[in-house]
Amino acid sequence: MAKTILEFEKPIIELEKKIEEMRSMSSDLDISNEIEALERRVNDLRKSIFSGLSRWQRVQLARHPDRPLTMDYLEMMETDFIELHGDRHFGDDHAIVGGFGQLDGKTIMFIGHQKGRDTKSNLYRNFGMANPEGYRKALRLMKMAEKFDKPVITLIDTPGAYPGIGAEERGQAESIARNLFEMCRLRVPIIVTIIGEGASGGALGIGIGDRILMMENTWYSVIAPESCSSILWRSWEYKEQAAEALKLTGEDLLELGVIDRIIEEPRGGAHRNPAEAAFILKNTLLEELEDLLKSTPDKRVKDRIKKFSSIGYYEE
Amino acid sequence: MAWFRRSKQNIDPSSGKKEVPDGSWIKCNGCNEMFHRNQIEAALYTCPKCNYHFRVDSKTYLGFLLDPKSFREYDKKLRATDPLGFVDSKAYKDRIDSMIEKTGLYDAIRCGVGKIDGMTVSIGAMDFAFIGGSMGSVVGEKIARAVDRAIKRKCPLILVSSSGGARMMEGALSLMQMAKTAAKLVQLAEKKLPYISIMLDPTTGGVTASFAMLGDVNIAEPKALIGFAGPRVIKQTIGKDLPEGFQQAEFLLEKGFVDMVVHRKDMRETVLRLLRFFQN
Repeated sequence: MAKTILEFEKPIIELEKKIEEMRSMSSDLDISNEIEALERRVNDLRKSIFSGLSRWQRVQLARHPDRPLTMDYLEMMETDFIELHGDRHFGDDHAIVGGFGQLDGKTIMFIGHQKGRDTKSNLYRNFGMANPEGYRKALRLMKMAEKFDKPVITLIDTPGAYPGIGAEERGQAESIARNLFEMCRLRVPIIVTIIGEGASGGALGIGIGDRILMMENTWYSVIAPESCSSILWRSWEYKEQAAEALKLTGEDLLELGVIDRIIEEPRGGAHRNPAEAAFILKNTLLEELEDLLKSTPDKRVKDRIKKFSSIGYYEE
Repeated sequence: MAWFRRSKQNIDPSSGKKEVPDGSWIKCNGCNEMFHRNQIEAALYTCPKCNYHFRVDSKTYLGFLLDPKSFREYDKKLRATDPLGFVDSKAYKDRIDSMIEKTGLYDAIRCGVGKIDGMTVSIGAMDFAFIGGSMGSVVGEKIARAVDRAIKRKCPLILVSSSGGARMMEGALSLMQMAKTAAKLVQLAEKKLPYISIMLDPTTGGVTASFAMLGDVNIAEPKALIGFAGPRVIKQTIGKDLPEGFQQAEFLLEKGFVDMVVHRKDMRETVLRLLRFFQN
């Protein structure tokens, strides 16, 4: 059961509680018909609420405190993950994790943003906001994957690259730019999945790949709705409008040609059934990987460059 | 002491407006001295006294770098559509229309082919006046085509940046222009063609974090603001004042992210010397 309940989740959770209560009484009484009716109701309710989610509500789901994080998925997908640390230049960034793991017996280099669960772990993880050494660690690991011919899978979940003095001193912009360049020409397959928040250059810094996937309740854009609101509306109050205007959901971005596929989540969102969410994610990744491995390194790089080169809308 | 010199700082330094103002007398934003327009122009829109670099438009800047009458512009009328149907206080469509009317430009970069001391270059220069020099689909596509022209002509690429970053009104599509320009630069690199990146004041956000930082040689103008996050955002985040000179060109030189800081008067000569080394 979810620990944090969003406003629009309330009616669903209340009904679910009621069903639970009735179940516990049903040993004495035969109320199975009533329970069945209630279950149908909760299903319909869930369907109607989740099919009509606003973009801002998606943003809220993407940030849900109970939503699985990178390390949770690595564990639930039974990857046997072994974490590798450090960029070999400055330090180890705790906002990006990376290392070897396996999927279905195949060795994979996994890289992902890592947020925390509570204040303490969030401070340790810098809320998933990476510094340059995070992007450089990611690049080091990707280069190693290339050397040993292992595919790369990245999981994106960040409110943005960290805007700090040290980050600028150590070249935040250069570290992201370098990753874009190097990821475009990496000779092994790269699959990118947005599992939560995909904010701006901080997301894109590990976001170049042959396939760009988005889980159903995530967002991906050039800026967070709150920041967009503060710049364009000159107030933090217009985040809902900003979220609408930015067209930041999976459906939007599939239509605009920015992403390749949406990964379905369990009913009510990944946080309601993390194990199932991980199961679906794993199967999708394996499917995409199998497809990519049929191609050659030259062809993959060529296709990847072509894929990103053709994004955009303009008039002559 | 000149009687017209101000003893105090401006009450409200017009930080956002760095373009050269109209009129024959121009006050330097750096030292507050008055100069005749001819003096400023002769110094390539820099202050003869304090070396303050005024912001200029792309046409003027290309004039500093290229041989006279050698520039041929391409894709001039490439213009933004409104793929998101974006509306804030103003509809993006209307914003574009009024910008085109106001600036006479169609978007935030001017691209083409020109010559530097007879050597052909594919070149682009940004216009900060057009929605803060922001990068959307048009800027991305024009840079992509500038790379293609460099490859076709087997010539170097020069990009002159001046930008607030990716354009919000095209959402994730603007973000993808970072990927697009980087992908095109991979193609340029495969052909072993040189790319010189020149950064003017300001170069921030998604432009810095993509093509601007990817030059074989990165050059900055003196005191240009160059960074990923804007100073205001950083100040807000850390809740402290920023150190003197933070994110200025000289700071980036010190930290190792630009090869040199070059006065505008020496820019053409510097680029020329580099191009000769690449070519010989």
